[in-house]
Amino acid sequence: MNNSTLQNTQKGNSVVVLNLPEGELKSQFIRLGITEGSTVKINERLPGGTVVITKNRQEIAVGSDLAKKIKVIVE
Amino acid sequence: MKSDSVLNLSGKNKVLSEVELKKVVTQKEKVVLVGNPNVGKSLFFNYLSGMYVDVSNFPGTTVSISKCNYKNYEIMDTPGIYGVSSFNDEETVARDVILDADRILNVVNSLHLERDLFLTLQLIDMGKKVSVMLNFSDEVKKRNIKIDTKRLSELLGVEVYETSAVKETGFDKLDDAIENARQGKQELDVYFMLQQVMEKNISQSEAMLVLEGDSSTAEKNNVDNGTPDEREKIYIGRRNRVNEIVDQVEHEDSKKGELFNLLGRLSLNPLTGIPILAVVLVILYFFIGDLVSQRIVDFTEGTIGKGIFEYHLKSFVSDYTPADINVNILNDEEEVIDTRIFNFSEGKSANPDLALQFKEYSSQPGAESDFTFLHPIAKLFFGEFGVVTMTTTYLIFLLLPLVLAFYLVMALLEDSGYLPRLATMLDRAFTRIGLNGRAVIPIMLGFGCVTMANITTRILGSNREKTIVTSILQFAIPCSAQLAVIAVLLSGAGVVPLLIFITVIGSVLISLSTILNKILPGESSPLLIDLPVIQIPKMKNVFKKTSFRTIGFMKEAGFWFFVGAFGVGVMEITGLLTIWQDTLAPLVTGWLQLPKEAATAFVMGMVRRDFGAAGLFEIDLTVMQVTVAIITITLFVPCIASFVVMLKERGLKEGLSIWFGTWIVAFLIGGIVSQILI
Repeated sequence: MNNSTLQNTQKGNSVVVLNLPEGELKSQFIRLGITEGSTVKINERLPGGTVVITKNRQEIAVGSDLAKKIKVIVE
Repeated sequence: MKSDSVLNLSGKNKVLSEVELKKVVTQKEKVVLVGNPNVGKSLFFNYLSGMYVDVSNFPGTTVSISKCNYKNYEIMDTPGIYGVSSFNDEETVARDVILDADRILNVVNSLHLERDLFLTLQLIDMGKKVSVMLNFSDEVKKRNIKIDTKRLSELLGVEVYETSAVKETGFDKLDDAIENARQGKQELDVYFMLQQVMEKNISQSEAMLVLEGDSSTAEKNNVDNGTPDEREKIYIGRRNRVNEIVDQVEHEDSKKGELFNLLGRLSLNPLTGIPILAVVLVILYFFIGDLVSQRIVDFTEGTIGKGIFEYHLKSFVSDYTPADINVNILNDEEEVIDTRIFNFSEGKSANPDLALQFKEYSSQPGAESDFTFLHPIAKLFFGEFGVVTMTTTYLIFLLLPLVLAFYLVMALLEDSGYLPRLATMLDRAFTRIGLNGRAVIPIMLGFGCVTMANITTRILGSNREKTIVTSILQFAIPCSAQLAVIAVLLSGAGVVPLLIFITVIGSVLISLSTILNKILPGESSPLLIDLPVIQIPKMKNVFKKTSFRTIGFMKEAGFWFFVGAFGVGVMEITGLLTIWQDTLAPLVTGWLQLPKEAATAFVMGMVRRDFGAAGLFEIDLTVMQVTVAIITITLFVPCIASFVVMLKERGLKEGLSIWFGTWIVAFLIGGIVSQILI
């Protein structure tokens, strides 16, 4: 278990989301099924830092700058 | 609730006393169909009801409830709900019907177990006798998802039946489902919470609603309802249990699915994604660039629009107003082989003999008639830039097929799941210029029609992104009409001009957006999109989207095309257009080193991008002059329709800044290239 940001994870990692940026982005995440405490899988890390995560078969692409702001625990 | 049922029956047989009625009612158990919206509940109801359905408005609301008798049961349908509570009328009605139900058939969409089981667990927590109908089970098999119904039944503690309501499969088990409906398994902590409320002599169903903060149920039982915090706690607990259950019972294992998944992964990574993009673009080129914008538009615009619509309309107008008509006869190679000018100084109807000659002459194959009206009003509405003639041809016969084709392609790319992956792959590149991957959508559309793309900038997250993309579109993206002409001009010139063209336009695009990204205040929004499964698009959906968007575009942009045409028409009549042409001439000959006639091309380019470039066909240009000309014309102002739509979308100040900016940049860059090359 160690703290990290979504941006610094490895492909294949399972991570628990610790906190999400406040405001509209947070509601967007919740609508997509991700809340603080959710476990997500890192599906793909693209060159340049865009991260693709999976939550219950649903793939979600997170831009690099946003991924830097999301704190996670690597399981 | 009970009294309501009595009232309904009393309508049919008013002689029965209330006591007798209660007997009738209590003899029949109430079976209620419950489910999320669009799970196919009604199909179940229709099957059970046969012909006799009693649809009535629920007292005090406009929500209608259908009832019917089936064997020894009274079946009731309810509105689709996501949970039992009273956030709105439909929920209130469903809540009351559910509270009063003896047995519940819970219809669940197997494709959305995570969403639908939330309601199922709530019904179980309420202590209701439930059977679960897993609908759309055929769709699940098609998509290679496996649902372990036996395990699901164990976890829920109630019977689970697979059905497909559309095909009525599994409906033979409906009797069993009603018969076997029973109370399910409950979480221990929920159970203890319930006990405390139930001690006050409240039923389990109502106790659950009280705990979840349903104030009207609490009021009815004279107790305090739970706080929003308590509700959230119960909801989150239930949500987690749903997720656990789904994890255990749902599996996806398929060869077919894997192929599509692989394709999805490959299109994300630039290493493999860029070749895939190249293949997609080649296919697009053959469909849009070749088939639609050449063959189909040639036919709709040339043959139908100009040849039939404009010819007959203008010919009709020239019956009544003075007109000079220049008719050229062209051979198969588009060369003029014969020409005749008809002068009708008082309109065609004043000179029937000549009119007949004109009709015969202009009806030959290969004839092209060019009408010049002498009366300013006729000119304004029916002339070269006529509000009626040019705009109709442009809108219906040129733009409509193009826009339709582009929206069709976009819908296909979207519904196949490719477009969001393309946006993801390109995200990094776009963030460098202050955008995110989603900007790929308006920019791609810009190659079809910049006007259409201007409207699509609305999907972008922030104002600064909209400004950046709108600028890119007006400065650096040639629309399909213009691309076609550029392609013709370049075809004789070889590869070098093409490379120079791409390099110069590309550099302008990157510098422009980098500068805007630096100077515009605020922050751009980051990429956050869901990537749907890669699949073969459902054509019905695609056609719906395409027609919806096309109609939307025509409605929004159509009017402004008329406004634009009217403006140019006025300029033509007042001679402003000629003055402008003369003013521009020295800049064109001296600085750009192009022939004087090219000035006309630039002025025409303000009206329609392809007019601008097409004007260059007539002039003899060297290879390097062609290069300078197409660079300048591409960077030059957007067409009149795009200009007006841009003003509307981005406001007067920003729109005009961009418009004048294109003047400066086009002549500056064009001139520099010219000074270097020529």
